[in-house]
Amino acid sequence: MSRKLFSFPGGIHPPENKLQSLSIPIQAVPLPSKLILPLQQHIGAPAKTIISAGESVKKGQCLAEAQGFVSAAVHAPTSGTVVEIADHEIPHASGLTGLCIILQPDQKDQWIERQGIADIRNIEPTELVNIIRQSGIAGMGGAGFPTSVKLSPPADANIKTLIINAVECEPYITSDDVLMRERAAGVIQGVLILTHILQNQQSLVAIEDNKPDAIAAMQEALAQLNEPHNIEIVVIPTRYPSGGEKQLIQNLTGIEVPAGKPPLHVGIVVQNTATTYAIHRAIEHGEPLISRIVTLTGNALKQPGNYEALLGTPIEHLLEQAQLDQHQLSRLIMGGPMMGFALESANAPVVKTTNCLLAANREEYPEPEPANPCIRCGACAEVCPASLLPQQLFWFSMGGELDKAEQYNLADCIECGACSYVCPSHIPLVQYYRATKGELAKRNADLKQSDHARDRFEFRELRLAQEKAAKDAKRKARADASAKAQAAKKAAAELEAKNNPEGSGQSEGKGDSAASDSDIVKAALARVEAKKKAQAEAAASQTATNESTSQPETQDRS
Amino acid sequence: MKLEKVTSPHLHGRSDTGHVMRLVILATLPGLVALTWFFGWGVFINLLWAWIVALGFETLVVKIRKRPLGYYINDYSALVTATLLGLALPPLAPWWLTVVGVGFAIVIAKHLYGGLGSNPFNPAAVGYVVLLISFPAEMSSWVPARGIEAAVTPGFIDSLSSIFPVFGNLLGQPNVDIITQATPLDLFKQKQGLTTAEIWQPGSAFGHFAGVGWEWVNLGFLVGGIFLLQRRIIYWHIPVSMLGTLLLMSLIFWGGSGSESNGSPMFHLFSGATMLCAFFIATDPVTAATSTRGRLMYGAGIGLIIYVIRVWGNYPDAVAFAVLLMNFCAPLIDQYVQPRTYGHSQGQNKGHKQNKSKNSTSDQSDDS
Amino acid sequence: MTILLAIFALPFLALIFGAILGYASIQFKVEGDPIVDQVNALLPQTQCGQCSHPGCRPYAEAIAAGEDINKCPPGGEATIEELANLLGREILPLDAEHGEEKAVKMIAYIREPECIGCTKCIQACPVDAILGAAKQMHTVIVDECTGCDLCVDPCPVDCIDMLPVETTATNWAWDKPKVAVELIASEHQPLRSELIS
Repeated sequence: MSRKLFSFPGGIHPPENKLQSLSIPIQAVPLPSKLILPLQQHIGAPAKTIISAGESVKKGQCLAEAQGFVSAAVHAPTSGTVVEIADHEIPHASGLTGLCIILQPDQKDQWIERQGIADIRNIEPTELVNIIRQSGIAGMGGAGFPTSVKLSPPADANIKTLIINAVECEPYITSDDVLMRERAAGVIQGVLILTHILQNQQSLVAIEDNKPDAIAAMQEALAQLNEPHNIEIVVIPTRYPSGGEKQLIQNLTGIEVPAGKPPLHVGIVVQNTATTYAIHRAIEHGEPLISRIVTLTGNALKQPGNYEALLGTPIEHLLEQAQLDQHQLSRLIMGGPMMGFALESANAPVVKTTNCLLAANREEYPEPEPANPCIRCGACAEVCPASLLPQQLFWFSMGGELDKAEQYNLADCIECGACSYVCPSHIPLVQYYRATKGELAKRNADLKQSDHARDRFEFRELRLAQEKAAKDAKRKARADASAKAQAAKKAAAELEAKNNPEGSGQSEGKGDSAASDSDIVKAALARVEAKKKAQAEAAASQTATNESTSQPETQDRS
Repeated sequence: MKLEKVTSPHLHGRSDTGHVMRLVILATLPGLVALTWFFGWGVFINLLWAWIVALGFETLVVKIRKRPLGYYINDYSALVTATLLGLALPPLAPWWLTVVGVGFAIVIAKHLYGGLGSNPFNPAAVGYVVLLISFPAEMSSWVPARGIEAAVTPGFIDSLSSIFPVFGNLLGQPNVDIITQATPLDLFKQKQGLTTAEIWQPGSAFGHFAGVGWEWVNLGFLVGGIFLLQRRIIYWHIPVSMLGTLLLMSLIFWGGSGSESNGSPMFHLFSGATMLCAFFIATDPVTAATSTRGRLMYGAGIGLIIYVIRVWGNYPDAVAFAVLLMNFCAPLIDQYVQPRTYGHSQGQNKGHKQNKSKNSTSDQSDDS
Repeated sequence: MTILLAIFALPFLALIFGAILGYASIQFKVEGDPIVDQVNALLPQTQCGQCSHPGCRPYAEAIAAGEDINKCPPGGEATIEELANLLGREILPLDAEHGEEKAVKMIAYIREPECIGCTKCIQACPVDAILGAAKQMHTVIVDECTGCDLCVDPCPVDCIDMLPVETTATNWAWDKPKVAVELIASEHQPLRSELIS
């Protein structure tokens, strides 16, 4: 409690609006008629299906496994039949579709065999990380980064601090809050597992001071723990975006994560509360990640609250549980109002990163004001948690000056939206930065591809030149050989003429034949010789060209 | 179900450009009251006239540019320009002086450069400098402030007829005789070898620590400025660094109270348009430097130039010149003064291209 | 005397400044790419030959030798601007003679059942992005294709399509908001709904 905090620059205090969803405890959701499981619910490579359409599966069965290091598996949230594997609407800012497994529940809700680990202390950390990986756990705070990757630091990394991000600084969202209120012991168990894996010196659970009930519940759970631990509940002042990973690290430790480096670089691992709880379920109960708590809130809902939804539940189904008023609904946001994105349809499913669904009506979120010109008032720079100059970045973004934007560290923008929030001219600043970041990424990808194409082109040119050189050499050798044969023939004919100086008239025919006989032999010999020579030459030139080919390649590598 | 496709953030704070501008105008109120009290109704009439002219020009230009009028008027920026210029004009400035100044500020200094947000120079300062250079006589005819022996503060009718001779004619009061006197800064500049004590006599234009009336006017603007700071409309960096530099310069070059004196720090801080400039003109964000350190440098530059021109230059006051000169420097300051971004070490990102490679090398050294 | 002084002073000064310049030219020598490499780095490397040079590097050489910078349709306006900046030349509009800038990137696809395995496209591909052998079906390595179009014409059975690269959730990026710029240029107060689309 008395821990020294370090604060971070900038930040805003938007209206919290958290009470609406806190009036009721976590609600169960009846099984929907179908579940839609996108293969990509995380950052990294999409999962690879290991079942096919028509198969019946049990609850918790793996449907698609992680593909590559940065990936996460997908499991069946209930027992049923896989109807198809097809493109379906996914909850994504683009509104595009993605490949999904469509599962029809059989209402039996039959689990596969589960095996929990009662005592983790004798288990190797790598094995625990493996279970976490098999369980398909990915960051549930919104980003969806596969958890096992974060828990597999390089051998030389010295992890000092584990931070549990229970800040939940976005307005409206309360899913972590109720999780801690109702299942604090599970969260604490999850922290213990993480501590065992990372062997870190201290574990800090950071909670904003606007969640007194959650803080009390966590402290009580911690007090009831009858084993030595290094966990500390740290209460931090409420300020958006104190839950940003980098901001939280700075706030708690005073350390800044160097640009472009993961927190591992400074010996810190940050995990979200819900993720920590999911780790506890996976290790101690053998349950893969198949459900999560979703905050349903907004003025278009008559019964806002937190609902424990199976992954893949259609959002529409979930909103019905919260008694959605269809006529009121004007904007449906996944995530919080600051960083969440508007969904184009409620057909998309709940995924691992769906922490909140905000069904807003027109009064709550009116259409955005038209933007006025930038007066460079600097309000955006005051609130920027990354100490950027948003007003300058805005000019560069608008003018398409990508180099300048890069120089002014656009890449360090965490897209928290605080700048847009305070802008008196209502300029959609962060929207510009997102677009410009996309342009930058595209430009860099194009650049990489064009470099690659140039290498391929140059290699091809070289290859063609070599082939041509080899062909030329061959042709030359052949020409030489035939020239020599010709010369030999001529010489032979001369010899013949010398041997038979007087023989003219009658011996002509005979001598002719004799000469031709010896000629043929000689010519053949000459050809053999020439061929040998040509081969030797070709071999020599081959090695020469080989040398010349290997040279540019080594240069490339250097 | 038709759902809106709006990008985040979905929330917006209550701030709004029009609101900001209205607060700026409101904050000039204490200064305006002081000015009106000491120099008569002319100040108030000037201000109203400046508003009308500004709105007229704004409407005209926006119409010519074929832009939505309501949208442009709603930002109140024209009124702010008019207010600042109106407050800086002599109390009985003839009506056409205001028209020329405000017209130049709005049409040329603002709209010809692309309108609000795109103008490199502070419109009010541009308007003022144009008037000062073109009409030096009219621009230096201040009535003596109330409290000076010779002062006859003109009443409403006198002021009105003096500003608009038409009204004078209508009301049968043509050719009002108005006594004018140089401002304290002017007097101080032309003291011709007198010591400070000699010119600082009771009943003269010099009051407690600066000019009679002027000290109160400056205090008024100081109060308004503190209000703006408290409402976080402006940030402290520019006023503090500007006033600080002015204070420092006047301390260093004070020269005591003899005939060589350059004036006390208090005299410089509370004379002329110092406070109006510090809180209202120099803080115009459009034309100022934009980063925190940049603002400090920008403010310091203004303070320095004001002092240099006041003491060694040809003009008694130099606020507008100082602001314009530093407007020139603002992009340069912005180019070279960039705050340290999270996760970057100091001096890594100063707007130089070569830094890219430096970044990577320093990162490598971090690794080891 | 003064003339003598001047005569000595000038060479002396020249010597000093010459030494400074000489020192500077060694000390601050910029190891720059030759101009051809710099130009080549800006070209899109599609190797399409639309500039009527056999590849990007030959065109880079031609530009360095003074040829116009507006003959590269795949690079389009952006490349012309970058080239103009690099070379200090004027920005020219794209020369329509050499083709038009395409809005989206295209990639070649072979309709594989129709392919007769003639290897003509393989020979035409400037970046070796087509895989196959005589009398065997050919296929395009999508990641290597630059979208240059050069394989389309040689195909005797016309089985190569140029298809735009599809936008998926993975390569999708945000659009720029339509607000400030367009508003200033517009003649009327925009409707709110116009702004947010």
